[in-house]
Amino acid sequence: MNRRLKIAFFLLVLFGIAAIALLFIFGDRIAVLNPQGMIGEKQRDLLFVATILMLIVVIPVFALTFGIAWKYRAEKKSTYHPDWSHSFLAEAVWWGVPCLIIIVLGAYTWKGCHELDPFKPIESDRKPLTIQVVALQWKWLFIYPEQNIATVNFIQFPEQVPVNFEITSDAPMNSFWIPQLGGQVYAMPGMRSKLHLVANVPGDFRGASANISGAGFSGMTFIAKATSQEEFDQWVESVKESPSQLSKDEYIQLHKPSQYNPVAYYSSGETNLFNWIMMKYMSPTTP
Amino acid sequence: MFGRLTLNAFKHDLIEASVGVSILLALIAIVFLLTYYKRWRWLWYDWLTSVDHKKIAQMYLIVSAAMLFKGVVDAGMMRAQQLLSVGESFGYLSTPHYQQLFTAHGTTMIFFVAMGVISAMINYLVPLQIGARDVAFPFLNSLSFWLFASGNALLIASLMVGNFSGTGWVSYPPLSNLEYSPGVGVDYWIWSVQISGAGTLLTGINFLVTILKMRCPGMTLMRMPMFVWASLVTLVLVVFAFPILTATAGMLTLDRTIGTHFFTSGFGGNPMMYVNLIWAWGHPEVYILILPAFGIYSEIVPVFSQKKLFGYVSMVWAIVAIAFLAFLVWLHHFFTMGAGPNVNAFFGFMTMLISVPTGVKIFNWLFTMFRGRIVFTTPMLWFLCFVVVFTIGGMDGVLMSVAPVDFQVHNSLFLIAHFHSVIIGGVLFGFFCGFTYWFPKIYGFKLNEKWGEYAVFCWFFGFLFAFIPLYVLGLMGATRRLDHYDASTGWFPLFAIAAFGFLVICAGIGFQVLQLYISFKERAQNRDTTGDPWNGRTLEWSTASPPPLYNFAVIPEVHDRDGFWAMKHSKTHKEKPKYEDIHMPKNTGQGFNIGVLSFFFGFAVIWYIWWLALLSIIGIFACLFYRLFDRHTETYVSVEEVERIEAQRGKV
Repeated sequence: MNRRLKIAFFLLVLFGIAAIALLFIFGDRIAVLNPQGMIGEKQRDLLFVATILMLIVVIPVFALTFGIAWKYRAEKKSTYHPDWSHSFLAEAVWWGVPCLIIIVLGAYTWKGCHELDPFKPIESDRKPLTIQVVALQWKWLFIYPEQNIATVNFIQFPEQVPVNFEITSDAPMNSFWIPQLGGQVYAMPGMRSKLHLVANVPGDFRGASANISGAGFSGMTFIAKATSQEEFDQWVESVKESPSQLSKDEYIQLHKPSQYNPVAYYSSGETNLFNWIMMKYMSPTTP
Repeated sequence: MFGRLTLNAFKHDLIEASVGVSILLALIAIVFLLTYYKRWRWLWYDWLTSVDHKKIAQMYLIVSAAMLFKGVVDAGMMRAQQLLSVGESFGYLSTPHYQQLFTAHGTTMIFFVAMGVISAMINYLVPLQIGARDVAFPFLNSLSFWLFASGNALLIASLMVGNFSGTGWVSYPPLSNLEYSPGVGVDYWIWSVQISGAGTLLTGINFLVTILKMRCPGMTLMRMPMFVWASLVTLVLVVFAFPILTATAGMLTLDRTIGTHFFTSGFGGNPMMYVNLIWAWGHPEVYILILPAFGIYSEIVPVFSQKKLFGYVSMVWAIVAIAFLAFLVWLHHFFTMGAGPNVNAFFGFMTMLISVPTGVKIFNWLFTMFRGRIVFTTPMLWFLCFVVVFTIGGMDGVLMSVAPVDFQVHNSLFLIAHFHSVIIGGVLFGFFCGFTYWFPKIYGFKLNEKWGEYAVFCWFFGFLFAFIPLYVLGLMGATRRLDHYDASTGWFPLFAIAAFGFLVICAGIGFQVLQLYISFKERAQNRDTTGDPWNGRTLEWSTASPPPLYNFAVIPEVHDRDGFWAMKHSKTHKEKPKYEDIHMPKNTGQGFNIGVLSFFFGFAVIWYIWWLALLSIIGIFACLFYRLFDRHTETYVSVEEVERIEAQRGKV
């Protein structure tokens, strides 16, 4: 084996070490691996379990690839069986062992799919908070039906209180994602998707749309702020003092396409606005 | 008169205009060179009208190479935008232009590069490997290629006239509906995919019949070379999957042009149906791309390990299992659409199951190397790089099949890194591997090893630098298709590493061009006079390099797997072969004509120029009828001619 190949192999090992180092250097900035909410934590744990199960196959593959390539290089003249092409036992192993791993992983998946179903409410002794989410061109409208307030591109909610998101879209399809709290769900016109998340600790978490929805899509980011219950209550009061009100007319104004919208607050709104937005798509006339 | 086509369609910003102008200049240069060297007749009679599968394969290669260049430029422009468009700065591309770039990049790379190189490989190798003189329907083959080329041309035309779609390469409605994308972009996407897709479907039927009906005597299904097996199964996938694409894109067209409501939001339309349908095609499509690449590796590893392929029967069943499962996993592309936990779990499990036969293939290749005598030529290096990159990609594919994990990485750069790992690492490396290996067969001389090695290393490390950071970025919450992000995200350094990786890949492409140039210059030293430069095992090596028009002077007969290997090692005395007149198809220009007319048809429908659409349809049918009633479609190569060609074999 020539020198160039040895150098390449050496570089590959270096690269592998650097890549793993990268995970540690960026460690606390990697949202999915450092979730701040219960759902995100469980999803991360599942990611780790799946990774470990996969490594049972992947590590031997890497070891065998380089081991065999090294040992049986032509110059070395190791054992040579040019016609040996079948071994029941060996093939049974690599059909069988991965099947077993998949069965184990499948069981985890089944359990995970049910436990972490985004539509399933989170069990908690705290009363959950409902936030209705409407994806618009190109901003997020958040309606707090119980508090009778609404916001654009910003949400606040108390820590350790389950948040029930009801999600729709009055625009092309979007995906509602707060990586530090947990996985995403699509926002679709005429549909009500649900997502249940909870923040374990206070903090500002970045949220975004994960599905291309047109020109202003990159600017559809928002802050999800978890605070103490008192701070949340104060915040609701302060929003209620905001001069703008989210009437139907105001909504029609807001619905017009716009990009990189600043945060906005609405003191009270049309009751049932969310339903009205969803039901427009059910009528046989122009939405 | 010209429908939606007005002078506005030709107005572009500076960057877009410069792309258009450079394409025009390139076209003018080609026309000039052809005229200057008086090559028009040669071009028409030897190439454009050819029905020879070997020439059609080379035309696929040329188109795909040009499109690869375009796709790489797209990628570079996107990387540059993501480097420059942070925080206060908004980069150098307008948002619509950026969105067209990623749509065009995906469409180009999947439909025109990956499908193109796969079609090229299947075209060139299948008849040679099964010991046939041509394909079942030679005219259809030429037509397939020209439909493919015409789809390509439409995409290129969008750079100059109007604009391309900005909705992503699968064009989800409602974004791709007329309401949100009123321009011609989505129509360009539809028709370039639709026309080239029709070509692919015809290729599928053609080669399926070829493999089933035209194998040489003695070649039972279980004696076919593994590449032919991979192709056979791929073609079955093509035949089942591509009609779904045609129907789906067709319904989207109806929504956009005559106002139906298949996929609109409201009016009873259902965009989710589109998402299901497009992936019911889209997932098998992924295996349509990767299976032939698996076939290529299965040919290369035994030759350069100088050992029989390990576990042939296992390999066949693994391919068949992958193809079967390919139709049962489409939902994993949208776990986040809100299907219930049972549905998600089922599709997740099916997806994981695919990793089993895929893993089996990898282990079989590794055990082909085991107790072999491995020679590290460039094809073998591509294979080793493939194992590393593809295993990484496959592993995170399984991670994403766990639906709750997918909720956290769906549509993030993690996903982007995953499918580039399997498509670059699997399909593209596989093609480069096969191209280097079969190059002496196609052109009669070997490629330079040294520059080839540099190319492998640059591609491999470039890939790692360009895509490993994307895995991390995805986990940091970076979504795909962003033309701008906030500085506070801290993503910039990783995007910078990825951009560096892109430059290394470009160096790899540079080395490949250099390799072609140097090999061509030194072709006298690297000439393959034997037809069998690598000590090959399959039938294509039994004929001359490059093969004569009729492939085999005498149709071979095989008695074993690795037919040619057995022939070389059999003790029987070789008699001088007895030649006969060889029956071959005649060239025809109708494939080319229909391709050109399809281009006009597509263009006319995109711009609502209905009279032109009607004229082109009439033209297409006229060409078809002309061809149907043409009775002089076949010719004979006389015995004397065969003897003359065979006598020259091996002489320069």
